Amino acid sequence: MKVALSIVVVILSLLYLILLFGLAYLAERKAESQRSIINSPYIYALSLAVYCTAWTYYGSVGRASKTGLDFLLIYLGPTLSAPLWWFVIRKIIRIAKIQNITNIADLIATRYGKNALLGGVVTIFSVLGIIPYISLQLKAISESFAITISENPNITKPVYIDYAFYITLALALFTIYFGTRQLDLNRKNEGMVFAIAFESVFKLWAFLLVGGYITFFMFDGFTDIFQKAFAKEELKNLLFVDTSDANKALEWFLIGLASMFAVMFLPRQFQMLVAENKQEKHLEKAIWLFPLYLLVINIFVIPIALAGKLFFKEANIDADTYVLALPLANEQYVVALVTYLGGFAAATSMVIVASLALSLMLTNNFFIPIILHFELAKYFRDKQWGKWVLYIRRASIVLVLILAYAYLHFILNTPLVSIGLVSFVAVSQFAPAIIGGLYWKEATRKGAMAGILAGFAVWAYTLVLPTLVANGTFSEKILSEGLWGIAWLKPYALFGLQDLEPVSHSLFWSLLFNVLAYVAVSVYSSQSPQERNQAELFVDVFKYADAYEEAVVWKGIAHKADLENLLSRFLEKEKVRNLLAEFEQENKGKLFENEQERNAKLVKYAEKILASAVGSTSARILVASVVQEEELSQEEVIKILKEAQELKKINFELKKADRLKNEFISTVTHELKTPITSIRSMSEILYENPDLPEEQKRHFLQTVISETERMERLINQVLDLERFESGKQKLYFAKYQINQIVQEAVEIYLGVISEKKFKFNVNLKAENEFIEFDKDRILQVVLNFLSNAVKFAQKEIIVETNSNGRYTQVAVFDDGKGVPAELREAIFEKFFQAENQTIRKPKGSGLGLAISKKIIQYHKGNIGVERKEGLTKFYFTLPNTQ
Amino acid sequence: MKILIVDDEPNILMSLDFLMRKEGYEVFVARNGTEALESLAQNQLDLVLLDIMMPDVDGYEICKHIRQTPELEHCKVIFISAKSKESDIQKGYEIGADFYITKPFSNKAIVTKVKELLSPINS
Repeated sequence: MKVALSIVVVILSLLYLILLFGLAYLAERKAESQRSIINSPYIYALSLAVYCTAWTYYGSVGRASKTGLDFLLIYLGPTLSAPLWWFVIRKIIRIAKIQNITNIADLIATRYGKNALLGGVVTIFSVLGIIPYISLQLKAISESFAITISENPNITKPVYIDYAFYITLALALFTIYFGTRQLDLNRKNEGMVFAIAFESVFKLWAFLLVGGYITFFMFDGFTDIFQKAFAKEELKNLLFVDTSDANKALEWFLIGLASMFAVMFLPRQFQMLVAENKQEKHLEKAIWLFPLYLLVINIFVIPIALAGKLFFKEANIDADTYVLALPLANEQYVVALVTYLGGFAAATSMVIVASLALSLMLTNNFFIPIILHFELAKYFRDKQWGKWVLYIRRASIVLVLILAYAYLHFILNTPLVSIGLVSFVAVSQFAPAIIGGLYWKEATRKGAMAGILAGFAVWAYTLVLPTLVANGTFSEKILSEGLWGIAWLKPYALFGLQDLEPVSHSLFWSLLFNVLAYVAVSVYSSQSPQERNQAELFVDVFKYADAYEEAVVWKGIAHKADLENLLSRFLEKEKVRNLLAEFEQENKGKLFENEQERNAKLVKYAEKILASAVGSTSARILVASVVQEEELSQEEVIKILKEAQELKKINFELKKADRLKNEFISTVTHELKTPITSIRSMSEILYENPDLPEEQKRHFLQTVISETERMERLINQVLDLERFESGKQKLYFAKYQINQIVQEAVEIYLGVISEKKFKFNVNLKAENEFIEFDKDRILQVVLNFLSNAVKFAQKEIIVETNSNGRYTQVAVFDDGKGVPAELREAIFEKFFQAENQTIRKPKGSGLGLAISKKIIQYHKGNIGVERKEGLTKFYFTLPNTQ
Repeated sequence: MKILIVDDEPNILMSLDFLMRKEGYEVFVARNGTEALESLAQNQLDLVLLDIMMPDVDGYEICKHIRQTPELEHCKVIFISAKSKESDIQKGYEIGADFYITKPFSNKAIVTKVKELLSPINS
């Protein structure tokens, strides 16, 4: 029986892995034909659920059955902080895209001046902190296998028949094949992301299945389980939270905080959240989809925990295994197998992504800097360094998995949950450097290094050391009496802070020392120009978004050919040529101070391209090796950054002015076509028909003449307007009475108005004092208003003047259709015909109103149109004194 | 044969009116889209010379109306417009015009086209 079952399980696992490979392969093929499956916010959100590992499957139930609701903390933290992602994560994603950052170590190293040492430190600590977590997943896989086939999970097997060993091998192959397909990290790992998203769905479904089975088939639903649990005192207590315990509250807060950091900064989370993100916009949906997933996957945890306790009563079954033990106890092998596969999915997704993420860190921030430092590159054949980078990545994946397996085999013996939390605390040590780096320009590299070292020192002392006591490396006395007998240095109760569980205790002190060191050292240390530059680019990333290369500061001598050669070592020649052509295209129309500035941009562009292959710290080293950089002072850096902003503004203005000019030209030429049409047509008629009656001939000729006059007027208006806009216009101010000028205008139009039989009222209520203005120009404005009124009025026109002590107003009313509210500003613009407009603005009022507006502006007055008492009112006001 | 000329420029109306009358067609004029629609409803028109940019209803709307009215299915439409970009001309044909002439136009060209569209083979 056992043999049959184990064969079934092995085959199922194999089939599952084949399915995974198949799905990933499919996704890669689709991506190649330009139809990316993963370009969806749902896939993105699901990929984030890699956060839920075997811990969620087995550990949560275990913890819930011992301590009740606090297993929820690691899900509450991310849920509550998800809204903040829109600010923090979006900023990080933007920075990562602009600077080609693909992992946490690169992020921190880049921010603090592209410093390789800092990158290396972050990498080492990440590896130390995460390897145990990977081991945990492997352990969960082998244990769940053992339990499913009813074997004792605690027997250690020799490697060659250890199930976990072969799974590790398979996962290594998967990660290598789907995670290291191309050098350029800009191209996402479509297959892998899709596979992870699938695993998220599968593990959720499987957990709901077993939860549903236990709740509704082994018991009679939620109410049944809870009723039975309430009857037992110790179970009832699991369901309540003791709100009076201050220590508990502090612990809860700390664990919530650690999980907030973990969900963002764990290497696997960063990989999915930032590195594999396809569109920033997907974040919007992820912010609520991911917490929703967390909610759903946890629904059955408490019921299963209670069910386990109720069912197994006093039997010595490890609570972590309830999820498998319960269906097995009822001989529901199908359910158990599905559960096993679900846990398998949860564990494998963590292993895949974490090993990939760590391998990127190791390659970019450990191996390549070492190779470059010791000049080992000369051992590569000169041609394709790019291939070597890929080999190193793959070797790193294998290294990580070997270490994880070794840890599992030789060291691991602690319960599932707390190793996870130890990793959380480790990753939290990066939070101050990252978050501080995003918002505080004065944070320095030395500060970040100090903070991270201090944090990890405390973490090691309070969490790692005690495990080494447990296996005998250190004496037990350190725990009970403190280092060198000093009570205040007890790893579990530093400085007298007792009554906290080890994890929260460690988090408290490590973060405290971390932040203190970070802030204090940053304040007292200075930044290199590189650092300063990066600080600006990070904190103000949205400001510099389209002008990244202008804003990066560099001075020195660089030759395009050298850079091209360097890039060709990593990317294909064709691709390099395309990228450089793109650069040329981008920078065609831009202003540069000089050739040197252009080279600086090219250098930074080359660095960015290389960063997608080897990370930004190594890219910097590589580029520096083929160019000659000059030292810049802090002031120079700031000056260049300011200039970059200026240039960006100027370029924008130039483009805008160019566009406006083109629009204007096309409108004016369009306007001229109309009179030319009449002139041509009429002239042709006159030519072809010499025998026309005299009357008609004269009529046509008159039209030709008046159309030429119309063209002349238009051209003059254009010139006039141009003079106003360029400031060359001259106005002749003298003192006049406004009523007199208005009266003059009225008399010119009297004939037309009475001909059209309009009702006409003139109310010159302004004072008769003399005010300063240009008589001819103001007359022009009033005539313009009257001309419009005559065109649009149906029955009535009113002219009014008014004044108070400081202003005089002239207004013309008509009862025509009026101007819609949204066009009341635009109607005074110099052309009012957008490209696709087909509703024509009334003849002549195009430039007329624009010129009127200029005239009034030159008088420092106001001009406008509004609706008053059912009439359209065009008005302008003049100050009584200039 | 009845022809409708639609344009908000009176001088253009005047030339086109002269040209069409000289060829012996019965000519109706409209100075804006509204008048055009009225004329279309009242008269059995055979061809419309249609401006596009007009203050109330534009030429595209008029053309669409003609194409959607069963009684007018034999009515020809010629757009006459200052809009002369490739995309404008294409749009005109897509809306359903039989021809598109850009301003300024040659009298001869318009007359030839009108005669062609109204010849017995095409009706």
